[in-house]
Amino acid sequence: MRYAETGFNLEVDLTKGNIERVETDPKLTELYLGGQGTAAKLFWDRVPPEVKPFDPENLLMFSAGLLHGTPVPGANRTSVNTISPATGLFGHSLMGGFFGPELKYAGYDKIIIRGKSPELVYLWIHNDKVEIRDASHLKGLGINETTKAIRQELGEPRAQVACIGPAGENRVYTASIDCGWSSAARGIGPVMGDKRLKAIAVRGTKDIYVAHPQELYEECRKMYKKINDSDGCGDWMAVDEDDSFHHNNFAWGNARTRIKNYWSAELQERWTRWKYDNMDRQMGCFACPKGCINVISWQDKPRFAYKCYGKDTYHMAAFKELDYTYGMLGKAINYGLDSYSTAQLLAFAVELYEAGILTDKDLPNFPKDSGDRILYLMEMVVHREGIGDTLAYGITKAAKMIGKGAEKYDHNTVKGFEQLPIKLGKLNPAYFLMIATAEKMAITQIEGSFPQDPLPTIEERQKFCDEWEAVPHGSKFKQYFMEWEKRNEISDDRTCEIVDWNETMHYVDDSTGLCGFVSSFRGQFGGKVAYHLNNVPKFVTLATGIEFDTDGLWEIARRNRTLIRAINNRLGLRRIHDRPPEDHWAVRDEEYEQKLLSQYYEFRGWNMDAIPTKETLYKLKLDYVADELIERGILTEDDSDKEKAL
Amino acid sequence: MGELVKKKVKVIKVNLGKCNGCRYCEIACAAFHANPRYSSINPARSRIRVVTDIYNDELVPIRATDYSKAECDGRRVYTVGDKEYSECSFCGTICPARDLFHEPDSGLPLKCDLCESDPPQEEPLCVQACARDALTYEEKEVLVEAEDEAQVRPAEMELGLRSLIDKYGVAALTDTFARMKKG
Repeated sequence: MRYAETGFNLEVDLTKGNIERVETDPKLTELYLGGQGTAAKLFWDRVPPEVKPFDPENLLMFSAGLLHGTPVPGANRTSVNTISPATGLFGHSLMGGFFGPELKYAGYDKIIIRGKSPELVYLWIHNDKVEIRDASHLKGLGINETTKAIRQELGEPRAQVACIGPAGENRVYTASIDCGWSSAARGIGPVMGDKRLKAIAVRGTKDIYVAHPQELYEECRKMYKKINDSDGCGDWMAVDEDDSFHHNNFAWGNARTRIKNYWSAELQERWTRWKYDNMDRQMGCFACPKGCINVISWQDKPRFAYKCYGKDTYHMAAFKELDYTYGMLGKAINYGLDSYSTAQLLAFAVELYEAGILTDKDLPNFPKDSGDRILYLMEMVVHREGIGDTLAYGITKAAKMIGKGAEKYDHNTVKGFEQLPIKLGKLNPAYFLMIATAEKMAITQIEGSFPQDPLPTIEERQKFCDEWEAVPHGSKFKQYFMEWEKRNEISDDRTCEIVDWNETMHYVDDSTGLCGFVSSFRGQFGGKVAYHLNNVPKFVTLATGIEFDTDGLWEIARRNRTLIRAINNRLGLRRIHDRPPEDHWAVRDEEYEQKLLSQYYEFRGWNMDAIPTKETLYKLKLDYVADELIERGILTEDDSDKEKAL
Repeated sequence: MGELVKKKVKVIKVNLGKCNGCRYCEIACAAFHANPRYSSINPARSRIRVVTDIYNDELVPIRATDYSKAECDGRRVYTVGDKEYSECSFCGTICPARDLFHEPDSGLPLKCDLCESDPPQEEPLCVQACARDALTYEEKEVLVEAEDEAQVRPAEMELGLRSLIDKYGVAALTDTFARMKKG
């Protein structure tokens, strides 16, 4: 009997039209937990670096989290992984909502898609019955229309439908995969489009078993109530209308302009009215009492929903106000566009026009109004019309294709992927490491456990520490916090440990399927997050029947983090790629940064070229990884000489 | 006129505005009614389901009430505010028009029993689970005419038998029963 997980993956070969239900090895759960953890293991084993993102051999993998479908509240984020066309690296993408749990109830932990269909198709999974169905009638349809049409033709209003819109079909690099109001972002949509897979519809009516049912249920009911009652978790942007933080500090346009005193009481009042006068509801995801999803009916346009900073990206790209975003979002989301990277891409194109690199020939009848321009560009990109066909490759690739100095305007990407528009003054060591060494292409998927800022007085710090349940037992983070005076001044040793804790919590969530808003992302704001390394082991143990403690979970997170680094090393990632956007901070110190980077690599047990050493890999039971890296000449038997040389 | 007696009436109230569609009530119900208790989780076995249509911003938790072998005409449509609801969105009848409230293995009807158990629960499990108070519970005492004691029915068994009769006919069911009794 398998607990918490189903023990089966669904393997679908779209080239051959072959479908198999494959039993999984329970040992992998002990080593990688599940979700993105076990997905990474499968990528290592099955996708060699010779496979290019648009090769049929590239996999597109949907993984339910280990805890999905159990009563554990907030376990609902599905991970979607592939080799990303934008970066050429392992693509990290998550969506909340209902897809992962439904997949578990259908009897599968993962859907593993390989090959390419000759025609546009969709996959219909109803427990043991799985079909590849014609989707030619869905060609070009948006997310909403696709979902409605599939539910109607299947007669299954309860089917969860993960699909792409025209953006994904046209292999736009900033295309997402969406399920209901949830969106898997960061560049995985084009691969689904390339595989000619329009959608996956899932309906499940099977049982999920857990190892210690009554005990787990009792713990979960208490946790559900705690999450509901706590203001220490969930998306505070859903309830706090003071959004001065993003508007005064983030950069507008192509991550270019900061407007320090933008926010005002008058504006807040107006925007609050726009929101609440047009908001139908704040929805939650599966098994979570929070209402992070703002459902909006704006004028006569179709209903849409957004979460968190998704509220700000379009108007900040266009130098407009919230009503502009509300006017754009319904359309943009329905096209299947990632609200974060797309808005950056379009603002980049506007800048190219203003700089004379793109001209009226590229953009015929280009509107004068900044908002109309973003809309105009969005249409061109989604349909790959004219210059949109080039822009659809994302900022970094488009800049190279356009040339004429366009590369200079690609100033806010990391490893070829669009970042949040943050431009600051003084270097922050922990953030330097998190952004530079990131494999996830978004800081929000890395930061989150240790507070962003110190508290001014000893008394405030003491109070914070007294109430800080999330600090891992046996760690020194309370001491570090007590002694922390200035944001940018913290020792390099401590910086490495803080980054490790932040990363670890995310890698735990990525495999269990817990949502960052009740876990990895949220502890940095107030410290009163629901899940942390002291209590997640209890939930995982009760659900799976496999004994885990804090250290054990930490080791798995380290293994998964290291494995994904190794996948990327095998794909060519090296130290030179571990850089933040050059102007992320105005004041830079190359020598110090390189020293810090070296220290982080040493802390992680990597060599000075950012590759995990044989010793580290063996210690983490990743000996098969070490052996292959050595065989491929990426790693040597003994890295100590190389370290000295560097 | 029969004699008036006090009767406890149990009500689960639903506040649609407070529901966020998370379906934790389904998990609680499915877990509680699993045999042994809590041993499995499967919302398809839940006797409360959140009817969800996000494009209509429609989230309606409904509980399984009565069994019917026939579909109703189902043609009534209600508009509340700017939203259109089909009558089915509010209907707890276990009917063949939809797959709600049919035990997924046998197809037998699943009816809400308000979590009657020994020892009794303080509140039905769905209500306990819903920390958002979209579901609340009330017990009221009302005066009703005394019922004939003989009419007390073991509700769940009879419900199942009725659906089996509807599906296979009385004769087939009697034969099966006789054969099993012999065995």
